[in-house]
Amino acid sequence: MSAGKTVTLNMGPQHPSTHGVLRVVLELDGERVIKATPVIGYLHTGIEKTMESKLYYKALPATDRMDYLSPMSNNLGYCLAVEKLMDIDVPEKVKWARVCLAELTRIKSHLVWLGTHALDLGAMSMLLYAFRERESIVDIYEACGGQRMMTSYIRIGGLAHELPRDFDKLVRKALKQIPQGVKDYEDLLTANEIFIRRTRDVAVISAGDAIDYSLSGPMLRGSGVNYDVRKANPYSGYENFDFQIPLGKKGDAYDRYLIRVEEIKQSLRIIQQAIDGMPEGPYRAHIPGVVLPPKEDILYKMESMIFHFKIITEGFKAPCGSVYQAVEAPKGELGFYIAGDGTNKPNRVRVRPPSFINLASLPKLVEGGLFSDVVCAIGSVDIVLGEVDR
Amino acid sequence: MVEIIIAAGIKVIFVLAAVLTGCAYATYMERKVVGHLQHRIGPSYAGPYGLLQPIADAVKLMFKEDIVPDKVERATFALAPLVSFIPALLTFAVVPFGKDNTVFGYDVKMVLSDLNIGILFVFAITSLGVYGIVLAGWSSGSKYSLMGGIRSSAQMISYEVSYGLSIIGVLLIANTLSLRELVEQQASDSIWFFSNWFIFKQPLGCLLYVTCAIAETNRLPFDLPEAESELVAGYHTEYSSMRFAMFFIGEYANMIAVSAVGATLFCGGWQGPFVNEIPFIGIFWLALKVFVFMFVYIWLRGTLPRFRYDQLMNFGWKVLLPLALLNTMVTGLFVVMGWF
Repeated sequence: MSAGKTVTLNMGPQHPSTHGVLRVVLELDGERVIKATPVIGYLHTGIEKTMESKLYYKALPATDRMDYLSPMSNNLGYCLAVEKLMDIDVPEKVKWARVCLAELTRIKSHLVWLGTHALDLGAMSMLLYAFRERESIVDIYEACGGQRMMTSYIRIGGLAHELPRDFDKLVRKALKQIPQGVKDYEDLLTANEIFIRRTRDVAVISAGDAIDYSLSGPMLRGSGVNYDVRKANPYSGYENFDFQIPLGKKGDAYDRYLIRVEEIKQSLRIIQQAIDGMPEGPYRAHIPGVVLPPKEDILYKMESMIFHFKIITEGFKAPCGSVYQAVEAPKGELGFYIAGDGTNKPNRVRVRPPSFINLASLPKLVEGGLFSDVVCAIGSVDIVLGEVDR
Repeated sequence: MVEIIIAAGIKVIFVLAAVLTGCAYATYMERKVVGHLQHRIGPSYAGPYGLLQPIADAVKLMFKEDIVPDKVERATFALAPLVSFIPALLTFAVVPFGKDNTVFGYDVKMVLSDLNIGILFVFAITSLGVYGIVLAGWSSGSKYSLMGGIRSSAQMISYEVSYGLSIIGVLLIANTLSLRELVEQQASDSIWFFSNWFIFKQPLGCLLYVTCAIAETNRLPFDLPEAESELVAGYHTEYSSMRFAMFFIGEYANMIAVSAVGATLFCGGWQGPFVNEIPFIGIFWLALKVFVFMFVYIWLRGTLPRFRYDQLMNFGWKVLLPLALLNTMVTGLFVVMGWF
């Protein structure tokens, strides 16, 4: 490419805009990127292996810590996989509540993405604005699971507790507040000349390449491929909801921005339907020996107390066999492959992490571009290193 | 003779103190304004409304360890902050800050040095500031710093031309290079005290000046040399303690300097209501105008994303330069035809 020598620049693992501890080794010719090599593993915590040594229900909190920006989606994926393995059917109310929480999680994750992506491009106020709206969702988390990030609220066979009393009120408050925020973001960015120049035709990936790289989520749909697990293989009752899948045309960073903003709006629609049509019913399936019995039964019924004791101390045994269950996490298709061997612990847990697979396309996105575009590309992939490294 | 030296000394001390205090409180203002733009309240612990924050910052920076990495060019590394800091202060030598008047029976000119080529001096000196950045980037021995330095020099070349051309219009109309005379020409006795400001005769020139001044001072959306999310901190990545503080103060002094020059060229400098009755009020008017300019800078920083390197070049050469040339030509035509 050039007669002169190139410069090798080590971007990360400590760098303000690699979203954690991603390291990218760049070969630069002036400002132009010739070669980019992502180096990962700085946040490897062995989550999959840890889950194999835990009882089925005790493995759940580990999933919170993968994509720590969307814990509810991870919980949901794992619980659905175990429920599929155990052949558990959950009550209707649980399904609706899970959809509602998963969509809140999607908005929450996209808001953090929007804030950090804009911050990478220099619009620093966006970060604070996005976190302002995110707060209303974190408040709902806190009311549900007691924690603001690592909720572990969705459990095998149902939910951890009954939905909080003011759940309806909190969600409706968020439903009112977030659209105003989204309008602010669009006013600031969508038609902003500098923002468009920074993202249009940057980090482009064609539909064919996107499929070849096995991309999913907004990365795939940005290139115009219509694949969303919620529509393709509906789970948890998504077939009952009316929503659209936004698609891009060019597959550049700007398309992915538009898609994520539109997804926030579609998620708001789903949440509205879920909260309006939330059925009455128990918050857990009634399956003695697998799902914890209600608290009042434990106090007054002998069998319930025995089951409670047994589940807590030695868990439940899952049958032999393997299942794969995917959910549409905010970042893409999040899949759990679980192999049961008849004991109370999973024999093998393997996660299909959307961030990791989407990140693999980074060299394709940035090579030949400019150094500033690397920051834009990493931002538009939307990675969480906790999930990449697991 | 002695009296002249004493008077000059007093003025120098006065201006230096005012500028340095201004720099300190410019950082406070920036943090407060950006804070409120972002639904925060900004600094609020040190003193009432956080007013002592700049002092706390200064004390902190002074007591920090001065780290000099192994692979730096020591002499250049030490020189660079000074090269960036001193020209920023020198600009204020020619900016008039009030109406000439009599204090204790002496005639006092409210300007440190009434150069007849004042505006040329300003441009010569502010252009020097970029050497500090280039030298810092080169001597740090870090790739991020080097890229910051290179970007800065490229940015400099693209903007200095338009920056210079943007004020030609004013100079053509005023027919002088002296800042004092420029201010006097913008005086007006009518109730519309701003009617003679050059901004109304040179709106495009003013816009170009402000845009180029942002690039000149490395502020968003043109802050490529220190683009935080890309180059970590650009040219001053390896600097710490007071050396870093000098870059920092230098940047704010530069902002105040270009604001003061902009106010002088386009908004009448110290001219304003009651300057004839109360001579010292000129200082207040100038400060107020600088404040407005500074607010615009901070406002932009809180709102806009950053340009990319190549886009910045395109913008400088393909948009700003032709506009500046056009402005010069049209103004020249008006002056020749006697329409001003």
